[in-house]
Amino acid sequence: MTRTEITLSVNGCQHTLALDPRVTLLDALREVIGLTGAKKGCDRGECGTCTVLVDGRRVYACLTLAVMHDGATVTTVEGLADGTDLHPLQQAFISRDALQCGFCTPGQILSAIGLLAEGRATSEQEIREFMSGNLCRCGAYPNIVAAIRDVAGAQ
Amino acid sequence: MTTQLFGQPVERREDPRLLRGEGRYVDDLGRSAAAAAFVRSPHAHARVLDVDVTGALNVDGLLAVYTFEDLPERVAQPLPLLIPHPALTHPRTQYALARDEINHVGEAVVMVVATDRYRAEDAAERVAVTYEPLAPVVGLEQSEAARTLVHADVPGNRGAHMVQQVGDAPAAIAAAPHRLDFRLDIERSASTPLEGRGVYARWDAQDDSLRVYSSTQTPTGVRAAIAAILELADAKVEVIAPDVGGGFGVKIMHPWPEEILVPWAARTLGREVKWTEDRREHFVAANHERAQEQHVSVGFDDEGRILGLDVTFLHDHGAYTPYGIIVPIITSTQLPGPYRLPAYRVEFSSLYTNTVAVTPYRGAGRPQGVFAMERTVDRIAAHLGLDRTEVRARNFVLPDEMPYDLGLIFQDGRPAIYDSGDFPESLRMLKELIDWDGFTAVRAAAAAEGRRLGIGLGCYVEGTGVGPYEGGHVHVETNGRVMVSTGLSTQGQGHETVFAQIVATELGVPMADVHVTTGDTRRFGYAVGTFASRAAVMSGNAIALAARSVRAKAVKVAADALEANPDDMEIVDGVVRVKGSPADAIPLRQVAVLSNPLRYSFSEEAKAATQFAAPADPDEPPIPRGEAPGLESRDYYSPIRSTFANGMHAVIVEVDPDTAEVKVLRYAVVHDCGNLINPRIVEGQIHGGVAQGVAGALYERMAYDEHGQLLNASFMDFLMPYATEVPRIETAHLQTPSPLNPLGIKGAGEAGVIPGAAAIAAAIEDAEGYPIMRMPLSPDDLFRLRREHAEEAAS
Ligand code: FES
Ligand code: FES
Repeated sequence: MTRTEITLSVNGCQHTLALDPRVTLLDALREVIGLTGAKKGCDRGECGTCTVLVDGRRVYACLTLAVMHDGATVTTVEGLADGTDLHPLQQAFISRDALQCGFCTPGQILSAIGLLAEGRATSEQEIREFMSGNLCRCGAYPNIVAAIRDVAGAQ
Repeated sequence: MTTQLFGQPVERREDPRLLRGEGRYVDDLGRSAAAAAFVRSPHAHARVLDVDVTGALNVDGLLAVYTFEDLPERVAQPLPLLIPHPALTHPRTQYALARDEINHVGEAVVMVVATDRYRAEDAAERVAVTYEPLAPVVGLEQSEAARTLVHADVPGNRGAHMVQQVGDAPAAIAAAPHRLDFRLDIERSASTPLEGRGVYARWDAQDDSLRVYSSTQTPTGVRAAIAAILELADAKVEVIAPDVGGGFGVKIMHPWPEEILVPWAARTLGREVKWTEDRREHFVAANHERAQEQHVSVGFDDEGRILGLDVTFLHDHGAYTPYGIIVPIITSTQLPGPYRLPAYRVEFSSLYTNTVAVTPYRGAGRPQGVFAMERTVDRIAAHLGLDRTEVRARNFVLPDEMPYDLGLIFQDGRPAIYDSGDFPESLRMLKELIDWDGFTAVRAAAAAEGRRLGIGLGCYVEGTGVGPYEGGHVHVETNGRVMVSTGLSTQGQGHETVFAQIVATELGVPMADVHVTTGDTRRFGYAVGTFASRAAVMSGNAIALAARSVRAKAVKVAADALEANPDDMEIVDGVVRVKGSPADAIPLRQVAVLSNPLRYSFSEEAKAATQFAAPADPDEPPIPRGEAPGLESRDYYSPIRSTFANGMHAVIVEVDPDTAEVKVLRYAVVHDCGNLINPRIVEGQIHGGVAQGVAGALYERMAYDEHGQLLNASFMDFLMPYATEVPRIETAHLQTPSPLNPLGIKGAGEAGVIPGAAAIAAAIEDAEGYPIMRMPLSPDDLFRLRREHAEEAAS
């Protein structure tokens, strides 16, 4: 099997990986590097549980091949907290009780960080619209929206 | 001071872990395990003529390919029927791998194991199965007509038939001043947790033992099944439910074929094997629920009081009945809701179809029953021109009638008796919350802008906390940690938090000292599972009872050491002390040392505790008979019967006059689940239920075509709501404690979903001005209904 070598900077760490070209970015993170924070809810771009930031933009890691991102900078949920200090969105998710089973949560948080960076969190309506790539079967949406509003308001 | 934590909206202690990406779900474990993949039938009904695996054999990394022929005798039996019932005259369960007949698309035929999932799928693709397609049976109409049979030896496709009655409903209806007859339909939906199923098995050849991680709602049930089918001692099988990414009912089903096959393969191959269900597999191979066709006859008087109700329904239970007929039984017995029915008759037939099996999904038959009852009350109100809340109030069971015996046998085989509730007060609160009486003006104002609004409501009573039992173990370690465990598992309900609140309150310790483990057979072996809104009621009470015995023992041991009267003792902030004399005190961790006669001084606590040790009586054994070393207790809670929670939802919708889109503008919930352990968590559960209720009313349906192909087996086509579809939810709580259990609590897990379809149907009906008799309703459905009614009105 041919393998392609790439480097990825994930949460500040450099990784050099020799990958089967068909390996998705999600599988590279989860299976090869061992960062299991990004989840696989569908593996086909329909649920958002695999959302990570690639060069600052939110992407579905299941829907892109790792080899397409040679040299990219990737942020996963494991890279958000600063030691014991949680990222403000993580803290807001606790205060607003914005999760239940937690399976969608890493994706929700990364997506929300992307959303805030895009400047798309100016109203409840807009937050709902621009978070509509992330499913939550536990139905924590009202509190997810509230948590994002809190952080957007504080910025 | 130790605060009273029971009842407080404390933050969930599981959150930080989950938010950091440190949650551990099955697929996050076992990175080096071999991977299993399945070849599944593309046909709904077929005979398997030949399985040719040769193409797969040269795939790099292949470890094994298994067909039915490879299974040992015990594994090659049909899977167990979990809950038999005399009315289920023709139960059928599937084989772990199809033997000769396929009964739904997605049934597993071949299991492939390879070094990783990519290779396992490569190999699975190269397996060639030859099928002889048979005519499939899809939908209740076809199944009832029985021109084709799902199982050749089940006449009429009828697996079960059951009648329950109180009084003589047909006679009461015949004699009533008014009578209505109508048909209602509800389509299929499914739990669809974001984490599908998953099993990871590790065989330890040196110890002859098996450890299995499964994304399940019942690890003890899975363990018993694996042990029996793989012929192992229970003690040699450990089953752990790690973090579970949602269950909503589908994961109470057990054992799944994969829960047997993956551990069996791990033992056979002598290596770790993991299977993670993919999304399409979950749609076609994990169970569904809901679909029913209901025929209602009701007789009532001029005031709208119901005199007799007769409901006959067909229940689609798919290809198999592994979980028995729990769902239609619950529909039958929960249908009366908060209403007094002087005469009630309910009859159902549970029919086979060539579709995925039907087992409970959050609500478990209740949404269907409530849909029938609430649509009935609304029809009565419309017929008599009365306010819908007024008709409800006239039929309510009143608080002074509690306990109220329905005269029916509930899902647990025991009489359905409402233990408490105040329905008139709940309704009053709901009307106030949504401003029911002010809606006429709201509607008129919207109409003036060309907008079409409607309001509706739905009421329900929900049997929760079903037995037979659950247990709890509380252990104060000599380091001061309070270790708590219970056997049932957690799928996001915040059990770690609420059980810690209970123990902290009962024992008088800081919550930070309490550590809770759920769903791990290594820690607690006897358990039933997480379903039927039972975890808080069952395990919560069991844990409270265990904590109370630990408290009693701690007080006794400390009183002995301090030469005080146990009645004068209290435990505050983890310290046992004499009331009013705080200097006479021993920390619990030292009491833990004292309660064990073996006191090696491994720790400072042990050294310090020896100063309290009374000289031992040489004529008595160090541990008196009947007592045990250590500060711990195991206790069980086993209720005589279920406790009944209730609630009422009101909803305001806007329907688009052109596109027939339905938008939920307001959603109000009054909920009564007895004493609240943690209002935040109850709210979260309600939000989740409401989201699924709205989904079931407006978006979700399993669309099978006439060939038994599931046309929408993806999140692109099966429309689960996103943040854009779930409204803000306004809630109010009434707390009528249950007299049945020590904590006075009732279950809350399923509540939110139950009246969703009924309330939304009522609101759409109110906006549109013609009856809504089925759910779900897409804009397309509503558009057609509109046209039909316009044509009817014109002709
Ligand atoms: S796993 Fe990537 S979108 Fe679902
Ligand atoms: S918290 Fe469970 S899916 Fe969102």
